[in-house]
Amino acid sequence: MSALWPTAIDWRAPRTWVALGTLALLLVLPLLAEFVSGDGADFWVKFATRVMIYALAAIGLNLILGFGGLVSFGHAMYVMLGSYAVAIPTEHGITSGWLHLVIALAAAFVLALVVGAISLRTTGIAFIMITLAFAQMLFFAAVSLKQYGGDDGLTVAARSDFGVISIAGHIGLYYVALTVVLLALYLSWRAVLSPFGLVLRASKANARRTLALGHPVFRFQLAAYVASALLCAVAGVLLANLTQFASPAYGAWTLSGELIVVVILGGLGTVFGPLIGAILLLALEEALPTLVEALLPAYKANWMLLLGLFIFLIALTLERGVYGSLPERARGRQQP
Amino acid sequence: MTTSALETVRLVKRFGGVTATDQVSLTVAPGELHALIGPNGAGKSTLIGQLAGELSPDAGDIRLFGQSVIGRPVHERARLGLGRTYQITQLAREFTALDNVLLGVNARRGGNTRFWGPARQDLESVARARAALDQVGLGERAEAQVAALAHGEQRQLEIAMALATEPRLLLLDEPLAGMSQGEAQAMVTLLRGLKKHYTMLLVEHDMDAVFTLADRVSVLVYGRIIATGTVAEIRANADVRAAYLGEETAA
Ligand SMILES: Nc1ncnc2c1ncn2[C@@H]1O[C@H](COP(=O)(O)OP(=O)(O)OP(=O)(O)O)[C@@H](O)[C@H]1O
Ligand SMILES: [Mg+2]
Repeated sequence: MSALWPTAIDWRAPRTWVALGTLALLLVLPLLAEFVSGDGADFWVKFATRVMIYALAAIGLNLILGFGGLVSFGHAMYVMLGSYAVAIPTEHGITSGWLHLVIALAAAFVLALVVGAISLRTTGIAFIMITLAFAQMLFFAAVSLKQYGGDDGLTVAARSDFGVISIAGHIGLYYVALTVVLLALYLSWRAVLSPFGLVLRASKANARRTLALGHPVFRFQLAAYVASALLCAVAGVLLANLTQFASPAYGAWTLSGELIVVVILGGLGTVFGPLIGAILLLALEEALPTLVEALLPAYKANWMLLLGLFIFLIALTLERGVYGSLPERARGRQQP
Repeated sequence: MTTSALETVRLVKRFGGVTATDQVSLTVAPGELHALIGPNGAGKSTLIGQLAGELSPDAGDIRLFGQSVIGRPVHERARLGLGRTYQITQLAREFTALDNVLLGVNARRGGNTRFWGPARQDLESVARARAALDQVGLGERAEAQVAALAHGEQRQLEIAMALATEPRLLLLDEPLAGMSQGEAQAMVTLLRGLKKHYTMLLVEHDMDAVFTLADRVSVLVYGRIIATGTVAEIRANADVRAAYLGEETAA
Protein backbone atom coordinates (compact mmCIF):
# COMPACT_ATOMS: atom_id res chain seq x y z
CA MET A 1 0.00 0.00 0.00
CA SER A 2 2.76 2.41 0.91
CA ALA A 3 3.99 2.24 -2.66
CA LEU A 4 0.59 3.37 -3.93
CA TRP A 5 -0.29 6.02 -1.36
CA PRO A 6 2.38 8.57 -0.54
CA THR A 7 1.19 8.84 3.04
CA ALA A 8 -0.81 6.82 5.53
CA ILE A 9 -4.52 7.55 5.15
CA ASP A 10 -6.54 8.12 8.29
CA TRP A 11 -9.82 6.41 7.38
CA ARG A 12 -11.66 7.95 10.32
CA ALA A 13 -10.79 11.56 9.48
CA PRO A 14 -13.66 13.80 8.28
CA ARG A 15 -11.51 14.91 5.36
CA THR A 16 -11.18 11.35 4.14
CA TRP A 17 -14.97 10.82 4.25
CA VAL A 18 -15.64 14.03 2.38
CA ALA A 19 -13.01 13.23 -0.24
CA LEU A 20 -14.18 9.67 -0.76
CA GLY A 21 -17.87 10.65 -0.67
CA THR A 22 -17.27 13.32 -3.28
CA LEU A 23 -15.36 10.95 -5.52
CA ALA A 24 -18.06 8.27 -5.19
CA LEU A 25 -20.75 10.78 -6.16
CA LEU A 26 -18.74 11.99 -9.14
CA LEU A 27 -18.22 8.41 -10.34
CA VAL A 28 -21.94 7.68 -10.52
CA LEU A 29 -23.05 11.19 -11.40
CA PRO A 30 -24.33 10.46 -14.94
CA LEU A 31 -26.44 7.58 -13.59
CA LEU A 32 -27.73 9.79 -10.83
CA ALA A 33 -28.60 12.55 -13.30
CA GLU A 34 -30.43 10.08 -15.52
CA PHE A 35 -32.33 8.73 -12.54
CA VAL A 36 -33.28 12.09 -11.09
CA SER A 37 -34.01 14.21 -14.11
CA GLY A 38 -34.39 11.82 -17.04
CA ASP A 39 -34.48 13.97 -20.14
CA GLY A 40 -32.72 16.82 -18.36
CA ALA A 41 -29.74 14.58 -17.55
CA ASP A 42 -27.62 16.07 -20.32
CA PHE A 43 -27.69 19.44 -18.64
CA TRP A 44 -26.35 18.03 -15.40
CA VAL A 45 -23.67 15.96 -17.06
CA LYS A 46 -22.47 19.01 -18.99
CA PHE A 47 -22.57 21.07 -15.84
CA ALA A 48 -20.52 18.44 -13.98
CA THR A 49 -18.00 18.38 -16.84
CA ARG A 50 -17.64 22.11 -16.49
CA VAL A 51 -16.99 21.62 -12.78
CA MET A 52 -14.30 19.04 -13.59
CA ILE A 53 -12.64 21.46 -16.00
CA TYR A 54 -12.59 24.23 -13.41
CA ALA A 55 -11.30 21.76 -10.85
CA LEU A 56 -8.49 20.67 -13.17
CA ALA A 57 -7.36 24.24 -13.82
CA ALA A 58 -7.59 24.99 -10.10
CA ILE A 59 -5.58 21.87 -9.20
CA GLY A 60 -2.95 23.26 -11.54
CA LEU A 61 -3.08 26.75 -10.09
CA ASN A 62 -2.93 25.27 -6.60
CA LEU A 63 0.58 23.95 -7.28
CA ILE A 64 2.00 27.44 -7.54
CA LEU A 65 -0.57 29.32 -5.45
CA GLY A 66 -1.39 26.86 -2.68
CA PHE A 67 1.96 25.11 -2.31
CA GLY A 68 4.34 27.67 -3.76
CA GLY A 69 2.59 30.65 -2.15
CA LEU A 70 2.70 32.74 -5.32
CA VAL A 71 -0.51 34.43 -6.46
CA SER A 72 -0.61 34.03 -10.23
CA PHE A 73 -3.37 36.24 -11.60
CA GLY A 74 -3.02 35.04 -15.15
CA HIS A 75 -3.61 31.33 -15.28
CA ALA A 76 -6.71 31.66 -17.46
CA MET A 77 -4.36 32.42 -20.35
CA TYR A 78 -3.23 28.80 -20.35
CA VAL A 79 -6.85 27.66 -20.38
CA MET A 80 -7.45 29.92 -23.36
CA LEU A 81 -4.31 28.62 -25.06
CA GLY A 82 -5.56 25.06 -24.60
CA SER A 83 -8.92 25.93 -26.13
CA TYR A 84 -7.33 27.49 -29.21
CA ALA A 85 -5.07 24.43 -29.54
CA VAL A 86 -8.31 22.59 -30.30
CA ALA A 87 -10.16 25.25 -32.27
CA ILE A 88 -7.47 26.43 -34.68
CA PRO A 89 -6.26 22.98 -35.86
CA THR A 90 -9.89 21.84 -36.16
CA GLU A 91 -10.57 24.89 -38.32
CA HIS A 92 -7.84 23.56 -40.63
CA GLY A 93 -9.27 20.06 -40.66
CA ILE A 94 -6.88 18.58 -38.10
CA THR A 95 -9.18 16.69 -35.75
CA SER A 96 -6.79 14.39 -33.85
CA GLY A 97 -7.31 14.99 -30.16
CA TRP A 98 -3.84 13.70 -29.34
CA LEU A 99 -2.38 16.29 -31.66
CA HIS A 100 -4.52 19.00 -30.05
CA LEU A 101 -3.23 17.89 -26.69
CA VAL A 102 0.40 17.91 -27.79
CA ILE A 103 0.01 21.40 -29.30
CA ALA A 104 -1.66 22.68 -26.14
CA LEU A 105 1.03 21.21 -23.89
CA ALA A 106 3.91 22.38 -26.06
CA ALA A 107 2.54 25.92 -26.40
CA ALA A 108 1.77 26.18 -22.68
CA PHE A 109 5.20 24.79 -21.82
CA VAL A 110 7.02 27.41 -23.86
CA LEU A 111 4.79 30.29 -22.75
CA ALA A 112 4.98 29.27 -19.08
CA LEU A 113 8.74 28.92 -19.23
CA VAL A 114 9.09 32.47 -20.55
CA VAL A 115 6.40 34.09 -18.40
CA GLY A 116 7.56 32.15 -15.32
CA ALA A 117 11.23 32.96 -15.82
CA ILE A 118 10.40 36.66 -15.97
CA SER A 119 7.67 36.99 -13.35
CA LEU A 120 9.29 34.71 -10.76
CA ARG A 121 12.05 37.28 -10.43
CA THR A 122 9.49 39.17 -8.38
CA THR A 123 7.23 38.27 -5.48
CA GLY A 124 4.08 39.57 -3.81
CA ILE A 125 2.11 42.32 -5.52
CA ALA A 126 4.64 42.66 -8.33
CA PHE A 127 4.23 38.99 -9.19
CA ILE A 128 0.45 39.38 -9.27
CA MET A 129 0.67 42.39 -11.58
CA ILE A 130 3.21 40.86 -13.96
CA THR A 131 1.27 37.63 -14.39
CA LEU A 132 -1.88 39.69 -14.95
CA ALA A 133 -0.08 41.83 -17.53
CA PHE A 134 1.07 38.77 -19.49
CA ALA A 135 -2.46 37.35 -19.43
CA GLN A 136 -3.87 40.64 -20.73
CA MET A 137 -1.29 40.67 -23.50
CA LEU A 138 -2.31 37.18 -24.56
CA PHE A 139 -5.99 38.13 -24.29
CA PHE A 140 -5.53 40.99 -26.74
CA ALA A 141 -3.35 38.85 -28.97
CA ALA A 142 -6.29 36.44 -29.24
CA VAL A 143 -8.69 39.31 -29.90
CA SER A 144 -6.47 40.42 -32.77
CA LEU A 145 -6.64 36.99 -34.44
CA LYS A 146 -9.23 38.20 -36.94
CA GLN A 147 -8.86 35.15 -39.17
CA TYR A 148 -9.87 33.03 -36.17
CA GLY A 149 -12.89 35.05 -35.11
CA GLY A 150 -11.19 37.82 -33.16
CA ASP A 151 -13.15 38.70 -30.06
CA ASP A 152 -16.17 36.74 -31.32
CA GLY A 153 -14.23 33.54 -30.77
CA LEU A 154 -14.16 30.45 -32.92
CA THR A 155 -16.62 27.57 -32.97
CA VAL A 156 -15.29 24.02 -33.03
CA ALA A 157 -17.10 22.01 -35.70
CA ALA A 158 -16.64 18.65 -34.01
CA ARG A 159 -15.11 17.41 -30.80
CA SER A 160 -11.51 16.21 -30.84
CA ASP A 161 -10.94 12.68 -32.05
CA PHE A 162 -9.19 10.61 -29.39
CA GLY A 163 -9.62 7.31 -31.24
CA VAL A 164 -11.03 4.61 -28.99
CA ILE A 165 -11.60 7.10 -26.17
CA SER A 166 -14.71 8.71 -27.56
CA ILE A 167 -15.73 12.08 -26.22
CA ALA A 168 -18.38 12.67 -28.87
CA GLY A 169 -21.10 12.03 -26.27
CA HIS A 170 -21.51 14.16 -23.15
CA ILE A 171 -21.07 11.19 -20.82
CA GLY A 172 -17.86 10.11 -22.54
CA LEU A 173 -16.44 13.61 -22.22
CA TYR A 174 -17.49 13.75 -18.58
CA TYR A 175 -15.69 10.54 -17.71
CA VAL A 176 -12.58 11.62 -19.57
CA ALA A 177 -12.60 14.92 -17.65
CA LEU A 178 -13.17 13.10 -14.37
CA THR A 179 -10.32 10.68 -15.11
CA VAL A 180 -7.96 13.55 -15.87
CA VAL A 181 -8.99 15.26 -12.61
CA LEU A 182 -8.33 12.06 -10.65
CA LEU A 183 -4.93 11.69 -12.30
CA ALA A 184 -4.08 15.33 -11.57
CA LEU A 185 -5.14 14.93 -7.95
CA TYR A 186 -3.04 11.81 -7.53
CA LEU A 187 -0.06 13.38 -9.25
CA SER A 188 -0.18 16.56 -7.20
CA TRP A 189 -0.69 14.55 -4.01
CA ARG A 190 2.49 12.58 -4.69
CA ALA A 191 4.40 15.64 -5.90
CA VAL A 192 3.51 17.67 -2.83
CA LEU A 193 4.83 15.01 -0.46
CA SER A 194 7.94 14.30 -2.54
CA PRO A 195 11.37 15.86 -2.02
CA PHE A 196 10.43 18.32 -4.78
CA GLY A 197 7.22 19.24 -2.95
CA LEU A 198 9.09 19.62 0.33
CA VAL A 199 11.33 22.28 -1.20
CA LEU A 200 8.39 23.98 -2.93
CA ARG A 201 6.35 24.14 0.29
CA ALA A 202 9.41 25.30 2.17
CA SER A 203 9.91 28.11 -0.33
CA LYS A 204 6.42 29.30 0.60
CA ALA A 205 6.97 28.87 4.32
CA ASN A 206 10.41 30.51 4.37
CA ALA A 207 12.10 31.19 1.05
CA ARG A 208 15.07 32.91 2.69
CA ARG A 209 15.94 29.91 4.82
CA THR A 210 15.32 27.44 2.02
CA LEU A 211 17.88 29.30 -0.10
CA ALA A 212 20.35 29.48 2.75
CA LEU A 213 20.19 25.71 3.12
CA GLY A 214 21.34 25.42 -0.49
CA HIS A 215 18.13 24.96 -2.48
CA PRO A 216 17.88 26.91 -5.76
CA VAL A 217 14.35 28.08 -4.94
CA PHE A 218 13.77 29.83 -8.27
CA ARG A 219 14.12 26.61 -10.25
CA PHE A 220 11.62 24.82 -8.05
CA GLN A 221 9.12 27.64 -8.40
CA LEU A 222 9.60 27.70 -12.15
CA ALA A 223 9.06 23.94 -12.42
CA ALA A 224 5.87 24.23 -10.35
CA TYR A 225 4.71 27.17 -12.42
CA VAL A 226 5.20 25.30 -15.69
CA ALA A 227 3.47 22.19 -14.32
CA SER A 228 0.54 24.30 -13.18
CA ALA A 229 0.29 25.88 -16.64
CA LEU A 230 0.26 22.47 -18.30
CA LEU A 231 -2.73 21.34 -16.23
CA CYS A 232 -4.56 24.55 -17.13
CA ALA A 233 -3.84 23.94 -20.81
CA VAL A 234 -5.35 20.46 -20.57
CA ALA A 235 -8.37 22.07 -18.92
CA GLY A 236 -8.57 24.38 -21.94
CA VAL A 237 -8.54 21.44 -24.35
CA LEU A 238 -11.45 19.92 -22.44
CA LEU A 239 -13.30 23.23 -22.26
CA ALA A 240 -13.12 23.76 -26.02
CA ASN A 241 -14.56 20.28 -26.44
CA LEU A 242 -17.34 20.84 -23.94
CA THR A 243 -18.50 24.14 -25.39
CA GLN A 244 -17.25 23.44 -28.93
CA PHE A 245 -15.98 26.96 -28.81
CA ALA A 246 -12.77 28.86 -28.13
CA SER A 247 -12.66 32.53 -27.29
CA PRO A 248 -10.48 35.27 -25.83
CA ALA A 249 -13.06 35.33 -23.03
CA TYR A 250 -11.56 32.05 -21.73
CA GLY A 251 -8.42 34.02 -20.98
CA ALA A 252 -10.14 36.97 -19.34
CA TRP A 253 -8.79 38.16 -16.02
CA THR A 254 -12.16 37.40 -14.44
CA LEU A 255 -11.58 33.70 -15.10
CA SER A 256 -8.08 33.94 -13.58
CA GLY A 257 -9.75 35.50 -10.57
CA GLU A 258 -12.39 32.79 -10.40
CA LEU A 259 -9.67 30.14 -10.36
CA ILE A 260 -8.01 31.88 -7.42
CA VAL A 261 -11.38 31.98 -5.64
CA VAL A 262 -11.85 28.25 -6.31
CA VAL A 263 -8.47 27.42 -4.77
CA ILE A 264 -9.01 29.64 -1.74
CA LEU A 265 -12.60 28.49 -1.25
CA GLY A 266 -11.51 24.85 -1.24
CA GLY A 267 -8.48 25.42 0.95
CA LEU A 268 -5.02 26.72 0.13
CA GLY A 269 -2.34 24.11 0.52
CA THR A 270 -4.63 21.09 0.38
CA VAL A 271 -4.50 18.65 -2.50
CA PHE A 272 -8.25 18.01 -2.66
CA GLY A 273 -9.41 21.56 -1.93
CA PRO A 274 -9.57 22.81 -5.54
CA LEU A 275 -12.09 20.09 -6.45
CA ILE A 276 -14.33 21.01 -3.53
CA GLY A 277 -13.88 24.70 -4.35
CA ALA A 278 -14.88 24.16 -7.98
CA ILE A 279 -17.98 22.22 -6.99
CA LEU A 280 -18.99 24.91 -4.51
CA LEU A 281 -18.38 27.93 -6.71
CA LEU A 282 -20.07 26.56 -9.82
CA ALA A 283 -22.97 25.11 -7.83
CA LEU A 284 -23.54 28.52 -6.24
CA GLU A 285 -23.24 30.33 -9.56
CA GLU A 286 -25.85 27.91 -10.89
CA ALA A 287 -28.21 27.85 -7.94
CA LEU A 288 -28.15 31.43 -6.69
CA PRO A 289 -29.83 33.12 -9.68
CA THR A 290 -32.75 30.67 -9.50
CA LEU A 291 -32.94 30.97 -5.76
CA VAL A 292 -32.92 34.76 -5.81
CA GLU A 293 -35.48 34.85 -8.59
CA ALA A 294 -37.81 32.60 -6.61
CA LEU A 295 -37.45 34.43 -3.31
CA LEU A 296 -36.80 38.05 -4.30
CA PRO A 297 -37.80 38.43 -7.95
CA ALA A 298 -37.13 42.16 -7.90
CA TYR A 299 -33.45 41.54 -7.16
CA LYS A 300 -32.77 38.71 -9.55
CA ALA A 301 -30.08 40.66 -11.37
CA ASN A 302 -28.21 41.10 -8.11
CA TRP A 303 -27.53 37.45 -7.28
CA MET A 304 -23.79 38.02 -7.63
CA LEU A 305 -23.93 40.22 -4.57
CA LEU A 306 -25.08 37.20 -2.64
CA LEU A 307 -22.28 35.09 -4.12
CA GLY A 308 -19.77 37.76 -3.16
CA LEU A 309 -21.17 37.84 0.33
CA PHE A 310 -20.88 34.08 0.64
CA ILE A 311 -17.24 34.05 -0.56
CA PHE A 312 -16.54 36.93 1.79
CA LEU A 313 -17.98 35.03 4.73
CA ILE A 314 -16.02 31.87 3.93
CA ALA A 315 -12.80 33.85 3.61
CA LEU A 316 -13.56 35.57 6.89
CA THR A 317 -14.55 32.55 8.96
CA LEU A 318 -12.65 29.66 7.41
CA GLU A 319 -9.04 30.67 7.09
CA ARG A 320 -8.12 27.37 5.48
CA GLY A 321 -11.12 27.16 3.15
CA VAL A 322 -13.99 24.70 3.25
CA TYR A 323 -12.06 21.48 2.73
CA GLY A 324 -8.96 22.76 4.50
CA SER A 325 -10.96 23.42 7.65
CA LEU A 326 -12.08 19.82 7.99
CA PRO A 327 -10.06 17.86 10.55
CA GLU A 328 -7.39 15.87 8.76
CA ARG A 329 -6.65 13.46 11.57
CA ALA A 330 -8.03 12.29 14.86
CA ARG A 331 -5.21 14.42 16.31
CA GLY A 332 -3.79 17.31 14.30
CA ARG A 333 -1.04 16.21 11.98
CA GLN A 334 -0.19 17.63 8.61
CA GLN A 335 -1.70 15.87 5.63
CA PRO A 336 -1.75 18.22 2.67
CA MET B 1 50.18 26.99 4.77
CA THR B 2 46.62 25.71 4.84
CA THR B 3 43.95 27.90 3.25
CA SER B 4 41.63 29.71 5.60
CA ALA B 5 38.08 28.47 5.92
CA LEU B 6 37.01 32.07 5.53
CA GLU B 7 38.80 35.23 4.66
CA THR B 8 37.44 38.71 4.07
CA VAL B 9 39.60 41.38 2.50
CA ARG B 10 38.86 45.04 3.20
CA LEU B 11 35.12 44.41 3.03
CA VAL B 12 32.89 47.50 2.86
CA LYS B 13 29.12 47.81 3.08
CA ARG B 14 27.24 51.08 3.30
CA PHE B 15 23.59 51.75 4.04
CA GLY B 16 23.09 55.33 2.89
CA GLY B 17 25.23 57.32 5.28
CA VAL B 18 25.98 54.41 7.62
CA THR B 19 29.09 52.36 6.93
CA ALA B 20 27.95 49.10 8.48
CA THR B 21 31.04 47.22 7.36
CA ASP B 22 34.19 49.32 7.24
CA GLN B 23 37.33 47.75 5.72
CA VAL B 24 36.79 44.47 7.52
CA SER B 25 39.59 41.94 7.07
CA LEU B 26 38.99 38.78 9.01
CA THR B 27 40.26 35.23 8.78
CA VAL B 28 38.82 32.08 10.25
CA ALA B 29 41.29 29.19 10.31
CA PRO B 30 40.11 25.61 9.75
CA GLY B 31 38.96 24.06 13.03
CA GLU B 32 38.84 27.40 14.79
CA LEU B 33 35.95 28.83 16.77
CA HIS B 34 36.20 32.50 16.02
CA ALA B 35 33.92 34.77 17.99
CA LEU B 36 32.73 38.12 16.70
CA ILE B 37 31.60 40.52 19.38
CA GLY B 38 30.55 44.13 19.35
CA PRO B 39 27.83 46.44 20.63
CA ASN B 40 24.32 46.63 19.16
CA GLY B 41 24.40 48.02 15.64
CA ALA B 42 28.12 47.35 15.22
CA GLY B 43 27.47 45.53 11.95
CA LYS B 44 27.78 41.87 12.98
CA SER B 45 24.62 40.64 11.27
CA THR B 46 25.40 42.77 8.24
CA LEU B 47 28.76 41.03 7.96
CA ILE B 48 27.14 37.58 8.28
CA GLY B 49 24.63 38.59 5.60
CA GLN B 50 27.45 39.43 3.20
CA LEU B 51 29.29 36.21 3.95
CA ALA B 52 26.14 34.18 3.28
CA GLY B 53 25.34 36.15 0.14
CA GLU B 54 22.10 37.81 1.23
CA LEU B 55 23.78 41.21 1.09
CA SER B 56 26.32 42.26 -1.51
CA PRO B 57 29.30 44.26 -0.31
CA ASP B 58 30.23 47.58 -1.91
CA ALA B 59 33.93 46.72 -1.95
CA GLY B 60 36.36 44.05 -0.88
CA ASP B 61 36.54 40.29 -1.27
CA ILE B 62 35.17 37.23 0.49
CA ARG B 63 37.03 33.95 0.13
CA LEU B 64 35.46 30.71 1.19
CA PHE B 65 37.99 27.87 1.45
CA GLY B 66 40.34 29.89 -0.71
CA GLN B 67 37.78 30.67 -3.41
CA SER B 68 36.29 34.11 -4.01
CA VAL B 69 32.50 33.98 -3.70
CA ILE B 70 31.65 37.59 -4.54
CA GLY B 71 28.61 37.55 -6.82
CA ARG B 72 27.77 33.90 -6.09
CA PRO B 73 24.18 33.42 -4.94
CA VAL B 74 23.19 32.28 -1.47
CA HIS B 75 22.38 28.69 -2.37
CA GLU B 76 25.71 28.16 -4.13
CA ARG B 77 27.64 29.34 -1.10
CA ALA B 78 25.61 26.91 0.99
CA ARG B 79 26.60 24.17 -1.45
CA LEU B 80 30.26 25.09 -0.95
CA GLY B 81 29.84 24.21 2.70
CA LEU B 82 28.60 27.37 4.34
CA GLY B 83 25.93 26.80 6.96
CA ARG B 84 24.30 29.58 8.92
CA THR B 85 21.76 30.36 11.59
CA TYR B 86 19.83 33.56 12.12
CA GLN B 87 19.62 36.03 14.96
CA ILE B 88 15.87 36.11 14.35
CA THR B 89 14.69 32.52 13.97
CA GLN B 90 14.06 31.55 10.34
CA LEU B 91 12.09 28.31 10.16
CA ALA B 92 9.31 26.82 8.07
CA ARG B 93 6.67 27.36 10.73
CA GLU B 94 3.97 25.17 9.19
CA PHE B 95 6.37 22.21 9.06
CA THR B 96 7.25 19.71 11.73
CA ALA B 97 10.70 19.94 13.30
CA LEU B 98 11.69 16.82 11.36
CA ASP B 99 10.61 18.25 7.98
CA ASN B 100 12.61 21.41 8.64
CA VAL B 101 15.74 19.36 9.22
CA LEU B 102 14.93 17.00 6.35
CA LEU B 103 14.98 20.03 4.10
CA GLY B 104 18.54 20.66 5.22
CA VAL B 105 19.59 17.02 4.79
CA ASN B 106 18.15 16.95 1.27
CA ALA B 107 19.94 20.16 0.37
CA ARG B 108 23.20 18.27 0.91
CA ARG B 109 22.14 14.86 -0.38
CA GLY B 110 20.47 16.09 -3.56
CA GLY B 111 17.72 14.26 -5.44
CA ASN B 112 15.33 17.10 -4.86
CA THR B 113 13.95 16.97 -8.36
CA ARG B 114 12.28 13.66 -7.50
CA PHE B 115 8.55 14.27 -7.45
CA TRP B 116 7.12 10.78 -7.10
CA GLY B 117 8.50 9.00 -4.06
CA PRO B 118 7.47 10.59 -0.75
CA ALA B 119 10.23 12.54 1.01
CA ARG B 120 9.44 10.80 4.26
CA GLN B 121 10.03 7.39 2.71
CA ASP B 122 13.68 8.17 1.99
CA LEU B 123 14.80 6.35 5.11
CA GLU B 124 18.45 7.34 4.86
CA SER B 125 17.57 11.06 4.72
CA VAL B 126 15.05 10.74 7.53
CA ALA B 127 17.60 8.90 9.67
CA ARG B 128 20.12 11.69 9.14
CA ALA B 129 17.49 14.31 9.96
CA ARG B 130 16.65 12.50 13.19
CA ALA B 131 20.35 12.29 14.02
CA ALA B 132 20.66 16.06 13.63
CA LEU B 133 17.67 16.57 15.91
CA ASP B 134 19.18 14.19 18.47
CA GLN B 135 22.45 16.07 18.26
CA VAL B 136 20.80 19.31 19.44
CA GLY B 137 18.57 17.51 21.93
CA LEU B 138 15.31 17.80 20.00
CA GLY B 139 14.90 14.11 19.15
CA GLU B 140 11.72 13.82 21.18
CA ARG B 141 10.09 16.73 19.37
CA ALA B 142 10.63 15.48 15.82
CA GLU B 143 6.94 15.39 14.93
CA ALA B 144 5.98 18.63 16.67
CA GLN B 145 4.95 21.60 14.54
CA VAL B 146 7.44 24.45 14.74
CA ALA B 147 4.67 26.74 15.98
CA ALA B 148 4.25 24.43 18.98
CA LEU B 149 7.94 24.58 19.95
CA ALA B 150 9.17 26.78 22.77
CA HIS B 151 11.52 29.63 21.87
CA GLY B 152 14.54 27.74 23.14
CA GLU B 153 13.58 24.68 21.13
CA GLN B 154 13.22 26.81 18.02
CA ARG B 155 16.76 28.08 18.58
CA GLN B 156 17.96 24.47 18.83
CA LEU B 157 16.11 23.61 15.63
CA GLU B 158 17.74 26.61 13.98
CA ILE B 159 21.11 24.92 14.62
CA ALA B 160 19.95 21.43 13.70
CA MET B 161 18.89 22.67 10.25
CA ALA B 162 22.30 24.15 9.62
CA LEU B 163 24.05 20.98 10.86
CA ALA B 164 21.88 18.86 8.58
CA THR B 165 23.55 20.43 5.54
CA GLU B 166 26.91 19.07 6.78
CA PRO B 167 28.60 22.47 6.63
CA ARG B 168 32.37 22.93 6.59
CA LEU B 169 31.92 26.37 8.11
CA LEU B 170 29.15 27.43 10.48
CA LEU B 171 28.08 31.05 10.92
CA LEU B 172 26.04 31.40 14.09
CA ASP B 173 24.31 34.74 14.65
CA GLU B 174 23.55 35.06 18.34
CA PRO B 175 22.44 31.50 19.09
CA LEU B 176 21.75 32.48 22.72
CA ALA B 177 19.45 35.38 21.81
CA GLY B 178 16.33 35.46 23.97
CA MET B 179 17.14 32.28 25.87
CA SER B 180 16.50 31.63 29.52
CA GLN B 181 19.51 30.93 31.70
CA GLY B 182 18.88 27.18 31.65
CA GLU B 183 18.40 27.10 27.89
CA ALA B 184 21.53 29.18 27.38
CA GLN B 185 23.55 26.77 29.51
CA ALA B 186 22.38 23.83 27.40
CA MET B 187 23.21 25.74 24.24
CA VAL B 188 26.74 26.51 25.43
CA THR B 189 27.24 22.81 26.15
CA LEU B 190 25.96 22.01 22.67
CA LEU B 191 28.31 24.55 21.08
CA ARG B 192 31.23 23.17 23.04
CA GLY B 193 30.46 19.75 21.57
CA LEU B 194 30.14 21.15 18.05
CA LYS B 195 33.42 22.96 18.40
CA LYS B 196 35.28 19.65 18.11
CA HIS B 197 33.85 18.97 14.67
CA TYR B 198 33.12 22.30 13.03
CA THR B 199 34.84 25.49 12.05
CA MET B 200 32.69 28.30 13.40
CA LEU B 201 32.21 32.03 13.32
CA LEU B 202 30.14 32.83 16.38
CA VAL B 203 28.41 36.16 16.88
CA GLU B 204 27.35 36.50 20.48
CA HIS B 205 26.60 39.10 23.12
CA ASP B 206 26.98 36.76 26.05
CA MET B 207 30.58 37.38 27.15
CA ASP B 208 30.79 34.39 29.45
CA ALA B 209 29.83 32.12 26.59
CA VAL B 210 32.27 33.81 24.22
CA PHE B 211 35.17 33.64 26.62
CA THR B 212 34.66 29.96 27.42
CA LEU B 213 34.12 28.87 23.82
CA ALA B 214 36.28 31.00 21.56
CA ASP B 215 39.76 30.24 20.28
CA ARG B 216 40.04 33.76 18.95
CA VAL B 217 37.87 36.83 19.22
CA SER B 218 37.38 39.80 16.89
CA VAL B 219 35.79 42.97 18.14
CA LEU B 220 33.63 45.02 15.81
CA VAL B 221 32.73 48.61 16.65
CA TYR B 222 30.96 50.92 14.18
CA GLY B 223 31.68 48.48 11.38
CA ARG B 224 35.41 48.34 12.08
CA ILE B 225 37.41 45.52 13.60
CA ILE B 226 39.29 47.21 16.41
CA ALA B 227 41.03 44.10 17.72
CA THR B 228 41.54 40.41 17.02
CA GLY B 229 43.25 37.99 19.37
CA THR B 230 43.01 35.22 21.89
CA VAL B 231 40.57 35.50 24.76
CA ALA B 232 43.35 36.64 27.09
CA GLU B 233 44.57 39.27 24.64
CA ILE B 234 41.07 40.63 24.12
CA ARG B 235 40.36 40.75 27.83
CA ALA B 236 43.55 42.76 28.31
CA ASN B 237 43.11 45.07 25.32
CA ALA B 238 42.62 48.67 26.46
CA ASP B 239 40.72 49.78 23.33
CA VAL B 240 38.30 46.92 23.70
CA ARG B 241 37.73 47.67 27.35
CA ALA B 242 37.06 51.29 26.53
CA ALA B 243 34.86 50.69 23.53
CA TYR B 244 32.95 47.70 24.64
CA LEU B 245 33.83 45.63 27.67
CA GLY B 246 33.98 48.63 29.93
CA GLU B 247 30.42 49.52 29.20
CA GLU B 248 29.42 45.88 29.79
CA THR B 249 31.01 45.70 33.23
CA ALA B 250 29.70 49.12 34.14
CA ALA B 251 26.15 48.03 33.28
N1 LIG C 1 18.92 46.83 5.52
C1 LIG C 1 19.45 47.88 6.16
N2 LIG C 1 19.21 49.14 5.72
C2 LIG C 1 19.73 50.21 6.35
N3 LIG C 1 20.51 50.13 7.43
C3 LIG C 1 20.78 48.91 7.93
C4 LIG C 1 20.24 47.72 7.33
N4 LIG C 1 20.68 46.65 8.04
C5 LIG C 1 21.43 47.14 9.03
N5 LIG C 1 21.50 48.48 8.99
C6 LIG C 1 22.28 49.34 9.88
O1 LIG C 1 23.59 48.85 9.87
C7 LIG C 1 24.12 48.88 11.17
C8 LIG C 1 24.58 47.50 11.57
O2 LIG C 1 23.43 46.68 11.81
P1 LIG C 1 23.57 45.15 12.21
O3 LIG C 1 22.20 44.59 12.27
O4 LIG C 1 24.51 44.50 11.30
O5 LIG C 1 24.19 45.22 13.66
P2 LIG C 1 24.50 44.06 14.70
O6 LIG C 1 25.90 44.21 15.07
O7 LIG C 1 24.06 42.76 14.17
O8 LIG C 1 23.58 44.49 15.92
P3 LIG C 1 22.80 43.58 16.99
O9 LIG C 1 23.80 43.23 18.03
O10 LIG C 1 21.76 44.50 17.52
O11 LIG C 1 22.25 42.43 16.27
C9 LIG C 1 23.06 49.49 12.07
O12 LIG C 1 23.32 50.86 12.18
C10 LIG C 1 21.79 49.25 11.31
O13 LIG C 1 20.85 50.24 11.60
MG1 LIG D 1 22.72 41.34 14.71
